[in-house]
Amino acid sequence: MSFDIALTLSRGERPLRYTFTAGAGLTALFGPSGAGKTSLLDAVAGLLRPTEGHIVVAERSLFDSAAHIDLKPETRRCGYVFQDLRLFPHRSVRRNLEFGRRQGATLDWDHTIDLLGIADLLDRMPATLSGGEAQRVAIGRALLSAPEFLLMDEPLASVDGVRREEILRLIERIRDELHLPILYVSHDRAEVERLAQTIVPVLPLVD
Amino acid sequence: MSAALPVAFAFAWVLARWRFPGKVLVDAMVHLPLVLPPVVTGWLLLLAFSPNAPLGGLLERAFGLTFLFRWTGAALAAAIMALPLMVRAMRLSLEGVDRRLENAARTLGAGSWRTFVNVTLPLSLNGVLAALVLGFARSVGEFGATITFASNIPGETQTLPLAIYSALQVPGSDLQVARLAGLSVMLSVAALVLSEWLARRSGQEKGRHVI
Repeated sequence: MSFDIALTLSRGERPLRYTFTAGAGLTALFGPSGAGKTSLLDAVAGLLRPTEGHIVVAERSLFDSAAHIDLKPETRRCGYVFQDLRLFPHRSVRRNLEFGRRQGATLDWDHTIDLLGIADLLDRMPATLSGGEAQRVAIGRALLSAPEFLLMDEPLASVDGVRREEILRLIERIRDELHLPILYVSHDRAEVERLAQTIVPVLPLVD
Repeated sequence: MSAALPVAFAFAWVLARWRFPGKVLVDAMVHLPLVLPPVVTGWLLLLAFSPNAPLGGLLERAFGLTFLFRWTGAALAAAIMALPLMVRAMRLSLEGVDRRLENAARTLGAGSWRTFVNVTLPLSLNGVLAALVLGFARSVGEFGATITFASNIPGETQTLPLAIYSALQVPGSDLQVARLAGLSVMLSVAALVLSEWLARRSGQEKGRHVI
């Protein structure tokens, strides 16, 4: 089992409940915006504390309110590709990639840069990158941190046309070649049907 | 100033990031020297740090530190008076740091300390430097609290404004007053320009003003 998640998030007045399990490959969280998909990713990454429940990824328990397990974000080993990318504005692309770099990644430095086609961007600053370029750098930064699973939040939101197809292929390669469990958030049905092994509709149950 | 910097930064951090009961009180305490007549601040320092007072006595016994009528007293008075300005400037720059970037650093395996050093500090650095310059200018100009707390002893606690004041009391020293005042104006203008420049650079065209 790649993902075994059952949790409650309190967001404002109403609690949000999510329960799902998923096998290997890419799991898409699919639903309208405002359903709390990003909150769910944040909870898995350890950036948002659920009020109760458990999060088990690849047989590793990251959070369990009953057993008082709550791993810090820096020890969860997730490669989080944020919707707003969050490249560090004061560091060059190279130093962004180096920030989270950890030995033991499935792909080494050269292969990652090759796969993403970002060799020419290394000395640029994030502010000078186009949407597609920044997206690839963000994916590269996540991969180089030797993650045990990936979280991707609408990775196609800031790219269009040809670039979109490029990133889609890239995600397919990451899915098929790296064998990392991927939790993927999207509101686009076609995109989800093309990429996902498991589709989890996110329609929060409201008390 | 070098001692006041980490203290001011700590206050700025607490006020920018923490939420706790009594925060308003801490906020008010830090800002008090900004609104109190400086003489009152000096008198309060006198009460707190005289060798007979609990705090002053403790410092003297523990570290051999005395403040009364010493240059250390002048430095302490200047630091206290500069604190609110520094805290304000730093707090602004800390609040300007995007928490989402800090979260991103955490998911990349950086602990809180590494995140602070590599993300928070560099992103707020200009504001911190601006605060330092402002604080410096403020403490160079400090008069009321210093003369009350540390007195006006040439070579020991006589600061620039105190020297100007003393010179004014002596007839025929106009030239010296003008020299000292000119020096003071130059220092202040330089500090102001430098701090505005730093703040603007960190505010990224938002042109946030500190004062």
